[in-house]
Amino acid sequence: MSNNREIVCIVCPNGCRMNVQIDANNKVSLVENALCEKGKAYAIDEIQFPKRSLTSTIRVIDGELPLVSVRSDKPIPKEKIQCALAELRKIELKAPVEFHQVVISDLFGTGVNIITTKGVMNRT
Amino acid sequence: MLIKKDLIIVGAGPAGLAAAIEAKKKGIDDVLVLERELNAGGILNQCIHDGFGLIRFKEALTGPEYAKRFIDEAKSLNIEIITNVMVQDISSDKVVTTISPSGIKTYKASAIILAMGCRERTRGAICIPGTRPAGVFTAGVAQNLVNLKNIMVGKRVVILGSGDIGLIMARRLTFEGAKVLAVVEKLPYSSGLQRNITQCLDDFGIPLLLSHTVIKIEGHERVKSVTIAKVDEQGNPIRGTSKKFECDTLILSVGLIPENELSLNAGVHIDDITGGARVDENLQTSVPGIFACGNVLQVHDLVDYVSAEGELAARTAVDYINGSIKNKSDITVIAGNGIRYVLPQSISPNKDITFSMRVTSPYKNKTIIFKDGNRQIKKKTFKALNPAEMVRIDLKAQDLNDVRNLEVFIDE
Repeated sequence: MSNNREIVCIVCPNGCRMNVQIDANNKVSLVENALCEKGKAYAIDEIQFPKRSLTSTIRVIDGELPLVSVRSDKPIPKEKIQCALAELRKIELKAPVEFHQVVISDLFGTGVNIITTKGVMNRT
Repeated sequence: MLIKKDLIIVGAGPAGLAAAIEAKKKGIDDVLVLERELNAGGILNQCIHDGFGLIRFKEALTGPEYAKRFIDEAKSLNIEIITNVMVQDISSDKVVTTISPSGIKTYKASAIILAMGCRERTRGAICIPGTRPAGVFTAGVAQNLVNLKNIMVGKRVVILGSGDIGLIMARRLTFEGAKVLAVVEKLPYSSGLQRNITQCLDDFGIPLLLSHTVIKIEGHERVKSVTIAKVDEQGNPIRGTSKKFECDTLILSVGLIPENELSLNAGVHIDDITGGARVDENLQTSVPGIFACGNVLQVHDLVDYVSAEGELAARTAVDYINGSIKNKSDITVIAGNGIRYVLPQSISPNKDITFSMRVTSPYKNKTIIFKDGNRQIKKKTFKALNPAEMVRIDLKAQDLNDVRNLEVFIDE
């Protein structure tokens, strides 16, 4: 037994609406209407192991700004997003904060790091 | 005292920075960029989500990372960027007056590039009835408060308008602990990118209510509730369909308007549809030597094209400064059936030109045709056309051989 699902690709602004065929073991047997290979890979992941990039902010003490923006350096498992946000809330960095500073390494053993996406200087 | 400059660029966002870098690389040393914020980067500074630069860098960068690439390059090229300065006036003879903590200054430029970006439509622009309590924000203001200033805007939120910033703020506010009750869209289709509906709404079970609008806001000190209703094809609320959401915040993501007050003072002709300057293929406005690019020219959905437009404006401004733009472009480009606008609005024949345009409503499997009278010049078929997504079509110089009139339309 197999069934079909429509998945909208989030990899790029094209937003391909892909038709994905899934077999009885929840394996993807066919991906249609993807304009590129990245889309196909996304569709397979989305069925078997959905992941998302995470972007958020972390508090900064004594900085020119009260927050620094951060992101995961690779997509993380979708079900871990809420726990990851809870971890980020616990952190306070002291200014100055460097660009691409690693804030959390190997988040929950996933091999994903949380890095800053800008630098924040000291408050003058 | 009049300070002379070859090129003045107003705005250090993605358009202005790309323009400055390109002009410097093309040999114009005397470039000055004026920015009213304390830091360069423009709106990118508060856009901490990713997806920037997919076309240009083949990477999904965040806004600050995308901006940093340009800021770093501008620094390494020793480009003069003055921040915390407000341009007060630009005259048609290219005199620029600025105000900053160090006083009033007056510059005289050989060429000017306008790169001031856009601003958001507010509650007043769409006339929502009801009381006027605190708790009504535009999406960009909410983004600025939450992402830069660490100020949370509310706990229970309704979002009106499904533009990309509204969708992205739905996810962002959810991340910060708010409950987003619904995204309400007056049109029968979303005005945001499909990928954002998936990853910002569907991922969190936030409903998207199409063909609905806000008909009442209640609350005195603070928003207490927002009432929505279904709308008919004319956009009028349908009696008996209203629904009340108890909430403390209403976020508006109801459109962007190019910020052209300075351009108007300079005598630049503004296009009624785009809200930006009317330009030729050189991105030159109706005032010789004044060029426009980025969101002040037309509201873009992708920053990659903003940067590209900045670079084109810079190349042609450099040609103007060097005296090699002579011919006036006088062939008008007409947006026909199904096309809301097309840019540039006028062209010269026999040149490679990239046209950008938006369609009036969603289409499937349609062909966009360029025609000169009865002569078909180019056609391109699209699987899907969406008003939220700018369409870009390249025409080669030979396509535009001896063209006298140009009309762009969707073949029905």
